[in-house]
Amino acid sequence: MRHLLSIADLSKTEALQILNTAEELARVSDGPMKKLPTLRGRTIVNLFAEDSTRTRISFEAAAKRLSADVINFSAKGSSVSKGESLKDTAQTLQAMGADAVIIRHSASGAAQRLADNQWMTGSVVNAGDGTHEHPSQALLDAFTVRKNLAHGGDDLTGLHIAIVGDVLHSRVARSNVLLLTKLGAKVTLVAPPTLLPVGVESWPVSVSYDFDSVIETVDAVMMLRIQLERMHELFFPNAREYSRYFGLNKDRLKKMKQNAIVMHPGPMNRGLEITADSADSARSVILQQVTNGVSVRMAILYLLLAGSQEIGASE
Amino acid sequence: MDRAITRISHEILERNSGSDSITLLGIPTRGAHLAARIAAKIESIEGKPAQCGTLDITLHRDDLRMRPPRALMPTTIPSLGVEDRNVILVDDVLFSGRTIRAALDALGEIGRPKTVQLAVLVDRGHRQLPIKADYVGKNLPTSPSQIIKVQFTELDGVDAVSLEEGEI
Repeated sequence: MRHLLSIADLSKTEALQILNTAEELARVSDGPMKKLPTLRGRTIVNLFAEDSTRTRISFEAAAKRLSADVINFSAKGSSVSKGESLKDTAQTLQAMGADAVIIRHSASGAAQRLADNQWMTGSVVNAGDGTHEHPSQALLDAFTVRKNLAHGGDDLTGLHIAIVGDVLHSRVARSNVLLLTKLGAKVTLVAPPTLLPVGVESWPVSVSYDFDSVIETVDAVMMLRIQLERMHELFFPNAREYSRYFGLNKDRLKKMKQNAIVMHPGPMNRGLEITADSADSARSVILQQVTNGVSVRMAILYLLLAGSQEIGASE
Repeated sequence: MDRAITRISHEILERNSGSDSITLLGIPTRGAHLAARIAAKIESIEGKPAQCGTLDITLHRDDLRMRPPRALMPTTIPSLGVEDRNVILVDDVLFSGRTIRAALDALGEIGRPKTVQLAVLVDRGHRQLPIKADYVGKNLPTSPSQIIKVQFTELDGVDAVSLEEGEI
């Protein structure tokens, strides 16, 4: 594995390798000494051309716990806002000796473009590109589901997970559908028809427009953020109607199976897709997701950067 | 092999005046099995269980950059921890000493043991670092190209130590 661009590129074995590695690294994060010398002397650049709190800080924490040097770089306040192209930015980073670039970009395929062209020799990690994919988020979600529900099992066979909300614009949903089904889980998308992408019939999932009938059967619900900036685009009549039909509230929480969990990739719109009492309930693993995010990202960086990239290098 | 384990167990008990102060830490994969065997032997001698765990050293290796990424193995520290204990690192074969150096680093991040001792089943020589084992099952002079293969019933279905000619 040289880059992490999309879940579609990962085999089930590779995905499980990341989760298992994260499991071991999580124990380090729980220990008294959180820092490991593993990536000493490596430089990792966080190239965030779009806003982010969780992902950027999480990657930064992960890199620092492995002793890598981290350079943060956001579009605001850099030459990107002066119109510098992705190519020039990448070549600049290469010239400075970056071993890996973690990229978040509003254009789908930005990470792929960075990896495919020979602009730089380091690894590329996709931290969200447009409405395409967000692989590290899907991996941490799968990790959280496995930890809570798989009872020591390796994959997610037999689990049923609902992904609820704005699937159309969500890269988190795309990556999660691919990964969760790859790991053997059954996925149901719940959303108004206007927020489902064209061609969803060909995805390996079932689709429902009725949250109430789905909620009783699932082991986990993954709520997606309604992107407020799209509210005026008339995907649904108004916010109150959306919360009534597709929001997670106290009544729906009561209907859930006994050990079922509530997930949200963040940032949450409390009161819109999820009520405050659901977000803070005992079922909610939203903060666990953040903690697990660091371990999973440590695993990704370890697997991409710690070893030699020449396959079959001699002993 | 059983006789060597019995002797190592007795030597450990003699040196540490019993099993109360010791914590065995095996280095995965085969060192962990060896540590479990020694712990079982000590329990049968002393009549009480010994503290036994595993210590993964992958993240502290100095040759990470030379090889493809390795899978991480579990680290389990027994209930009493390592603080102020006589920790005995256990591995199957002692060769260059680099694994043990990494283990010392890994151990340092967990706590500060009173002493650290080293038990190995086979010492094959060719040290690259100033490291010496306290308890040795067998000294086996080898040439650097040879390969020592240690097998345990738990993993390989048979208990055996064999010397193979490596390809050069």
